[in-house]
Amino acid sequence: MLRTAKEATASKSVDVALEAIGAERLLAMYRIMVLSRALDERMWIVQRQGKVPFVITAQGQEAAQVGAAMALRPGHDVVLPYYRDMTLMLALGMTPRELMLNVFSRAEDPNSGGRQMPAHFSLPRLRVLTGSSPVGTQIPHAAGAALASRLRGEDSVTFCSFGEGATSTGDFHEGVNFAAVLQLPVIFFCQNNRYAISVPQRRQMAVESVAARAAAYGIEGVSVDGQDPVAVYQVVSQAVERARAGAGPTLIEAVTYRYVPHTSDDDDRVYRSRDEVDQSRRRDPIPLLRDRLVEAGLWDDAREQALREEVARIVDDATAYAEQAPPPDPATVARHLFAEPAAES
Amino acid sequence: MAVKRMIEAIREALDEEMARDPRVIVLGEDVGVKGGVFVATRGLIEKYGPDRVIDTPLSESGIVGVAIGAAMNGLRPVAEIQFADFIHPAMDQIINEAARIRYRSNGAWGCPVVVRAPYGAGIRGGLYHSQSVESFFAHVPGLKVVIPSTPADAKGLLKSAIRDEDPVIFLEPKRGYRAIQGEVPDGDWVVPIGPARIAREGDRLTAVAYGMMLHLALQAAEQVAGEGIEVEVIDLRTLAPLDRSTILASVRKTGRLLVVHEDNRTLGMGAEVAALVAEEALYDLDAPVRRVTMPDLPATPFAAVLEDAVLPDTQRIAQAMRDLARE
Ligand SMILES: Cc1ncc(C[n+]2csc(CCOP(=O)(O)OP(=O)(O)O)c2C)c(N)n1
Repeated sequence: MLRTAKEATASKSVDVALEAIGAERLLAMYRIMVLSRALDERMWIVQRQGKVPFVITAQGQEAAQVGAAMALRPGHDVVLPYYRDMTLMLALGMTPRELMLNVFSRAEDPNSGGRQMPAHFSLPRLRVLTGSSPVGTQIPHAAGAALASRLRGEDSVTFCSFGEGATSTGDFHEGVNFAAVLQLPVIFFCQNNRYAISVPQRRQMAVESVAARAAAYGIEGVSVDGQDPVAVYQVVSQAVERARAGAGPTLIEAVTYRYVPHTSDDDDRVYRSRDEVDQSRRRDPIPLLRDRLVEAGLWDDAREQALREEVARIVDDATAYAEQAPPPDPATVARHLFAEPAAES
Repeated sequence: MAVKRMIEAIREALDEEMARDPRVIVLGEDVGVKGGVFVATRGLIEKYGPDRVIDTPLSESGIVGVAIGAAMNGLRPVAEIQFADFIHPAMDQIINEAARIRYRSNGAWGCPVVVRAPYGAGIRGGLYHSQSVESFFAHVPGLKVVIPSTPADAKGLLKSAIRDEDPVIFLEPKRGYRAIQGEVPDGDWVVPIGPARIAREGDRLTAVAYGMMLHLALQAAEQVAGEGIEVEVIDLRTLAPLDRSTILASVRKTGRLLVVHEDNRTLGMGAEVAALVAEEALYDLDAPVRRVTMPDLPATPFAAVLEDAVLPDTQRIAQAMRDLARE
């Protein structure tokens, strides 16, 4: 039977993907993306049920995040995520229960114990540094973290994630420039989902690609299809290699799209057409990857069914666990303004 | 014990802490080869190398932001802002990041950074080389704000700041860098952050001051002492957290309070000290609280006659002491 050109390309890309990361990791990527999407959808449900006041999530950007995470060494490399990085966090090793505890603002939430809005990630065991709401402020922190790692002679790299809107801030410029001048081992990872709340990319910058901004700092800039986790994995892996070899930072743009409103407080119908959202869903990274797995003979309906059941169990467990977990104790509200005496060296 | 200038005491503290702890780094504009515009860091790059004494790009938010990231990842950065007047681009990093890191992570992360900045007027620096910025930071929970007024305190408090687990804004009265000399104890001299110091004992009234104004308040106190008015002068040293008990104990003894600062009047430290005394010691007061401060102006203007017209001086402070003592 004759193959069409498109199929030929597709199967080639499956081969390339398999060669690049191996079947096991490809399957792990798919599992994390499916789990992330299911958790994400549940978060919106509990918000709409009035059980939690606010959510901000990752739907549409799962491939970019899982591809990047798989190129890092969890607990070894330093990570500064942003609020849309739920899939990244899952892939690095934050558990579904921990993510749900965060959404429910429980005492046991390891990110902030209910002090911050959901999705402001922090986890010392994974070297995930605490972040804030002001967009872009983590970018100079990443340069500083990389500086510290280099001074100590570690071979770890620092990974810093943000949206394209963040690239308009002064801190983006100051942080990237600093890292470039000092040739620090940092990966600046921009998830360009084409909107900063309602403001489209063309009102954010006069360049076509975020990666073009790299030239102004004298560093490597790469743009990659953010719906293809393998392509992202490869680009981030190369940036990690460069950083570890002392060749300095890389600015990566993963071109992607968010399928849901900016947050649970946003109505995206005001600023983008349903048609546009539907169009972009045709490149939903989850079915795209599933097709590739099927084509490579790594996946079938039975496995899909088993995964869906496993994921549903995990999401139910995480939700039930978090819902029943105790809220933070108001008596602790004034704690941790400063180091507590016992902790002082 | 040797007599030293304040700037030398600061350099010694940096040098000794860098020698003592390999996690300490210094970063800022011109801090390396030049040793800083006030030469506070002179000689450090030769001793500790460019990896630990870092000439940064001209970017205040970046300097503080990089220091914060390095602190979370295990270093003890001392960031220099060349003049306090240029700290404003870094306000977001200081207030939204450094000050909140421990609180927002529920104690999981700390942010042991020191941000040093020369501040204050009296050097003919005009609007942008004279500002007093202490109240902005003293208002923010999660920050410690320290202002030394003597070489011994400059050294001892800076060492404490570098060893502190939390962010410290360390403001140096630049008019006193060379003008203020004093004995600095030998060895590992450390002054704790927090306690104020009774710089002069007296029973007729309490004068609270800090930084350069402490010295003017002491001179004024000597003047009025000849007239039989014994002033107790308190050097705050740490503005946040404020040493309430030392202030209250003194006011309970003297019954009169004068606050002196070169920061603006409205919502300055004087307002806070006055509110504290009004809340806790109103019935111990024999007269209304007084303040000698800069008027509410953008900063001291450049021309000498204009600066002299607004900056508190010994005469004005002495007059306020006399007036208050008579009330
Ligand atoms: C400094 C700052 N300004 C404004 C906001 C409000 N805000 C939150 S997210 C956002 C858009 C950010 O867009 P982008 O960086 O592209 O990330 P995305 O949300 O699209 O993933 C804005 C304006 C903020 N958090 N911080």
